[in-house]
Amino acid sequence: MSSETPPTVSTSANSRPAGSGTPGEITTDQVAHLAGLARINLSPEEITKLTGELVAIVENVAKVTEVATPDVPATSHPIPLSNVYRPDVVGETLTQEQALSGAPDHDGSRFRVSAILGEEQ
Amino acid sequence: MNKAELMDYDRALELFEPVLGFEVHVELNTKTKMFSDAPNFFGGEPNTNVTPVDLGLPGSLPVVNEQAVKYSISLGLALGCSIAPSSRFARKNYFYPDLAKNYQISQFDEPIAFGGSVEVELPDGRLFTVPIERAHMEEDAGKLTHVGGATGRIQGAEYSLVDYNRAGVPLVEIVTDIIYGAEYDAPELAKAYVSTIRDIVVSLGISDAKMERGNLRCDANISLRRRTAPGEPPAKLGTRTETKNVNSLRSVERAIRYEIQRQAAILEGGGTIIQETRHWHEDTGQTSAGRPKSDADDYRYFPEPDLLPVEPSAELIEELRAALPEAPAIRRRRLKADWGFTDLEFQDVVNSGLLNEIIETTAAGASAQSARKWWTGEIARVANARGVDASTLVSPLHVSELVALVDAGTLTDRLARQVLEGVIEGEGTPDEVVASRGLAVVSDDGALIAAIDDALASQPDVLAKIRDGKVQAAGAVIGAVMKAMKGQADAARVRELVLERANA
Repeated sequence: MSSETPPTVSTSANSRPAGSGTPGEITTDQVAHLAGLARINLSPEEITKLTGELVAIVENVAKVTEVATPDVPATSHPIPLSNVYRPDVVGETLTQEQALSGAPDHDGSRFRVSAILGEEQ
Repeated sequence: MNKAELMDYDRALELFEPVLGFEVHVELNTKTKMFSDAPNFFGGEPNTNVTPVDLGLPGSLPVVNEQAVKYSISLGLALGCSIAPSSRFARKNYFYPDLAKNYQISQFDEPIAFGGSVEVELPDGRLFTVPIERAHMEEDAGKLTHVGGATGRIQGAEYSLVDYNRAGVPLVEIVTDIIYGAEYDAPELAKAYVSTIRDIVVSLGISDAKMERGNLRCDANISLRRRTAPGEPPAKLGTRTETKNVNSLRSVERAIRYEIQRQAAILEGGGTIIQETRHWHEDTGQTSAGRPKSDADDYRYFPEPDLLPVEPSAELIEELRAALPEAPAIRRRRLKADWGFTDLEFQDVVNSGLLNEIIETTAAGASAQSARKWWTGEIARVANARGVDASTLVSPLHVSELVALVDAGTLTDRLARQVLEGVIEGEGTPDEVVASRGLAVVSDDGALIAAIDDALASQPDVLAKIRDGKVQAAGAVIGAVMKAMKGQADAARVRELVLERANA
């Protein structure tokens, strides 16, 4: 129902990660959009430069498709492992002081962050 | 907040067909978090149940909680879903400090469970099948407190405080397919659906499922489709809104009803519905606009490189399937038939949440009707007066013993209530209370006859009336005898004996 839900559900190990469309079609608009999502301030010159670099990277990666045939499953991990689990047993936690020790700001028990516009996800 | 214009509900349903969809988040009650061995516990001292993984510290690596995977599979199976032979975690990227990593580990195109359905019982007993698209595993986020600003609410806050104790708590998100055909009962269906999900997770024992504590949370999607004349093609689906912050079964029902009336008024007034998140306000019974769907929803999902695929074996899936408890809806129908309760009696039991108490009481030997009578009657009354759960007052075993004493004629209903009071006060078992309070029915006819003869002798006019055939006059004598016996006599037996002695 939600926009974050993919339209089709794939259970195949062959399914490709989301967003892997046709390679090589990186536009400056896309880079600007991504920079906005990632909260990175880019100048128009940087966007142009990055777009060129990203096109080169994507084209390089796309070379894989020249040898990948449909019977080669997609992989997101270099080692063929699965089902690496942890037993449901409580371990050691940080103390509150340790947890907050790296925080730029806190109120003694909680992290303090600047005012948030927007809402909980 | 300005009160939105609402259309009369019946009128709205004449013009539009409501189309629904739900996302229910279930917090699993594992001992530890989804990806770290921190305790799955929040609400205490902030930032104490956290590990480097939960804080997203550099160099930390998540590891999947095996129990959470098993619970998720069990839930998927209970929802009639297929379990994916291989599923994967994905990063959902967004900038919001409720998670320290700037992403939530979730599942995207390879959820652990997909393609199921749930049978939901409407208040009138009709069954409605809700299609389930998927159920996937993810982690809960931390708790933000907004400080400062005029209202203390999110807009205008000067800063926010973050407690990550809840960050990483295992969640299963259950997503329905689009639900058509709920029609007039859409609000009731919404409530019944969430209630059914709650029953299922409780019967599986995988969640505490307390909506008021956020263990179970419902986002309700709703849109309206304009009805067309017969023969005309159906209208296109309307734009939907997603109502969040619906924290009780009652709110789910009210929020759906409100949105139907609000959207209908806008559409009929020539306006358009904006696709947006709306927040339910329990106090005012209204929803208010949140943020519109926009770039912020571009989550750039990609496979989580720190985690490996989850590939449950067919053996594990079958083992978990075999261990599934009877589905709550089927169990209820079976119990109702077994017990021979009327619809009203059974609804009464279900609504009072005493199903398990009655099951255990009948298992201990009492008849279902007696068990129902005591639990939904006197025990519920005392519980209500004290503001506690009926189940905390007395054990099913003691209730069955009490019923046995009444059935054997040792106690009248009135005496049994006094015995119950003693049991609730912790004076012991029903037998012990009967002994210590001296509450057993006087079943010695000799003692009763002596009291009856005394009463008849002191009321000669009544005696004469009885002898004249005016049987109802015996009431005065019965009253006197019951009083003399301090109520510990079986009134029916006393009546029998009075008539016998008067006509002797």
